[in-house]
Amino acid sequence: MSQAAAPVPFVEAQREAALPVSGIAWLDAARRDNLDAFLAAGLPDTRVEAFKYTALRALGQRRYAAGDAAAATRAIDAAALALPGVDGPRLVFVNGVLRADLSSLDALPAGLSLQPLSQALASDAEPLRFALARAYRDAGDAFAQLNAAFAAEGVVLRVAAGAQIEVPVHLCFVGAASEGDAMWHLRQVIELGEGASLSLVEHHLGHGEHAHLGTVVTDIALGERARLQHVILQSAAEGSTLVRRTGLQLRAGAHATLHALELGGALSRHELQADVAGDGARLETRGAFVLHGRQHADTQMLVRHTARNSSSEALWRGVADGRARGVFRGAIYVAPGADGTDASLSNKNLLLSANAEIDTKPELEIHADEVKAAHGATVGQLDPRALFYLRSRGIPEAQARAMLTAAFCRAVLDDLPNEALREHLSDLVARHLPQA
Amino acid sequence: MLIIENLHARVEGKEILKGLSLTVKPGEVHAIMGPNGAGKSTLGNVLSGREGYEVTAGSVSFYGVDLLAMEPEERAAAGVFLAFQYPVEIPGVNNTYFLRTALNAQRKARGEKELDSMAFLKRVREKLKDMQISDELLHRAVNEGFSGGEKKRNEIFQMAVLEPKLAILDETDSGLDIDALKQVAAGVNAQRSPERAVLMITHYQRLLDYIQPDFVHVLADGRIVESGDKTLALKLEAQGYAWLREEPAGAPA
Repeated sequence: MSQAAAPVPFVEAQREAALPVSGIAWLDAARRDNLDAFLAAGLPDTRVEAFKYTALRALGQRRYAAGDAAAATRAIDAAALALPGVDGPRLVFVNGVLRADLSSLDALPAGLSLQPLSQALASDAEPLRFALARAYRDAGDAFAQLNAAFAAEGVVLRVAAGAQIEVPVHLCFVGAASEGDAMWHLRQVIELGEGASLSLVEHHLGHGEHAHLGTVVTDIALGERARLQHVILQSAAEGSTLVRRTGLQLRAGAHATLHALELGGALSRHELQADVAGDGARLETRGAFVLHGRQHADTQMLVRHTARNSSSEALWRGVADGRARGVFRGAIYVAPGADGTDASLSNKNLLLSANAEIDTKPELEIHADEVKAAHGATVGQLDPRALFYLRSRGIPEAQARAMLTAAFCRAVLDDLPNEALREHLSDLVARHLPQA
Repeated sequence: MLIIENLHARVEGKEILKGLSLTVKPGEVHAIMGPNGAGKSTLGNVLSGREGYEVTAGSVSFYGVDLLAMEPEERAAAGVFLAFQYPVEIPGVNNTYFLRTALNAQRKARGEKELDSMAFLKRVREKLKDMQISDELLHRAVNEGFSGGEKKRNEIFQMAVLEPKLAILDETDSGLDIDALKQVAAGVNAQRSPERAVLMITHYQRLLDYIQPDFVHVLADGRIVESGDKTLALKLEAQGYAWLREEPAGAPA
């Protein structure tokens, strides 16, 4: 462009915002550095591949308060946090602020360390340097840059080598109604030692109506032969914006399974970047978004295979009703030398209304030999014969549509071992659709 | 209970039913027979409210209410049940959950109390026992991977659980071997009662050996051209449908 672009209010607000100060030189430098990178590049437009179907023009015109000054004392209905089949240790954040009163950290099982980020930084920052000193420089990194600049709180979770943590750890991220629109950022660092296993439930939810912007950046590292069961339930407030990035790293023989259900938010985005970097490692991802009204959800998944004989299996579903828009990009990259990789990706989508839209883009890039790779994507509609069959038995149309939609998404939940949680998630899918 | 008068219906712009009239009273079993293309399945689909069937003239009243103005689910709640010629497989929907949802939706629509899972399961197990069906059926997805015979038996099992006032059996005998046919027929016979009427749509006389009708009607070219008792079916069996063409057009129904 020949003339200087008009200032973008959202970007200008970040320029004026005060960075948190930790007193840790490398951390404060990294914050400054990532903020400068963000200010220089601004918000990505739709010419950036990763944002091709997710326009940020409206977001650019908005201004958010930095955080919520009353978050520490806001009344939260604790019952709303509960999930069936999930009754282990719990860490709760409200509008980006740790809420010890809602959390439950007593009686942690042996081998599990679960700390707020602020506390971990105060006691021993150095082990976090690798994650927190990162410089984000890619065109699609805007929210990761903001998060790296402003996140001063979050989760540090470590599982000692060999420890088997059976009871699911519940991480709750609440966006709660407050005066005006607030922006908050949280950072998670999760490490599983050699041969360790962990069951994790990441739970994003709304409390009252609001239009906050939240970002969560998570790094998960699995040591050799470690096992992770990771469930993400995203039911953020319907007016809110939530952008998450999850980085997963798998060493030799590690095995991670992710189940992600995206139901909430006006604009939600999940950037899932997995490095299957150890020989024989295996990654299974299952996920679905179910959208109505004017919701927009965007899942950007990149799986990189860089070791021998590793495998990944991705099973994703999308449902859009009303005027909703869903985006799924699933890329599999097999690096030179990553021989024996077995990677598959299936993405099926369901349009429930003529005004809904789903954009799906599977990508395969293979540079190795003896690779098995398969991918497929479809967009379709409910089977009218099945719909009539249910109605002919007396089931009202809206309920029949909800049943068929839940059934469509069922495949992504089928192998979730926690039965109570699985049934609950399936119910949430059915209930999320408007009943006429 | 059911009065069909001068029914005309079109599918994809083509007139299939051309003035069909029929009256069914509680407790009666009627068989509708006829050659392929006569409009037999169209009749079942129009009565159950399937999309794509346009009624251009005539009326259907069910217990004095205009059936054609009702949504498919309302017809079901009013007591109309269609056993499908081709039951639909619905992966991901459990059979028990489906049946309970259907039964309770109907009860709710009728202003009756919904059944809790205990009461529902008790009812289901009784019907399974009556029909000699293994309860393994309950744990499967609706019709998924069922053989032809299993699908048809599942239709009759659903009928037993839902207890309709009028059951329309659309080619329920098609694709069944003799043992499966006997089982399905026994299931239907067990449900005959003074309150319940059955409308059997079939191409072959064979089903009528096992479910004895009170009335047999011959449907040809969109109209009922001949009605009688079960001996009419035997005549059809002996002579086929060819003799129909020799009758004068517009034979009294």
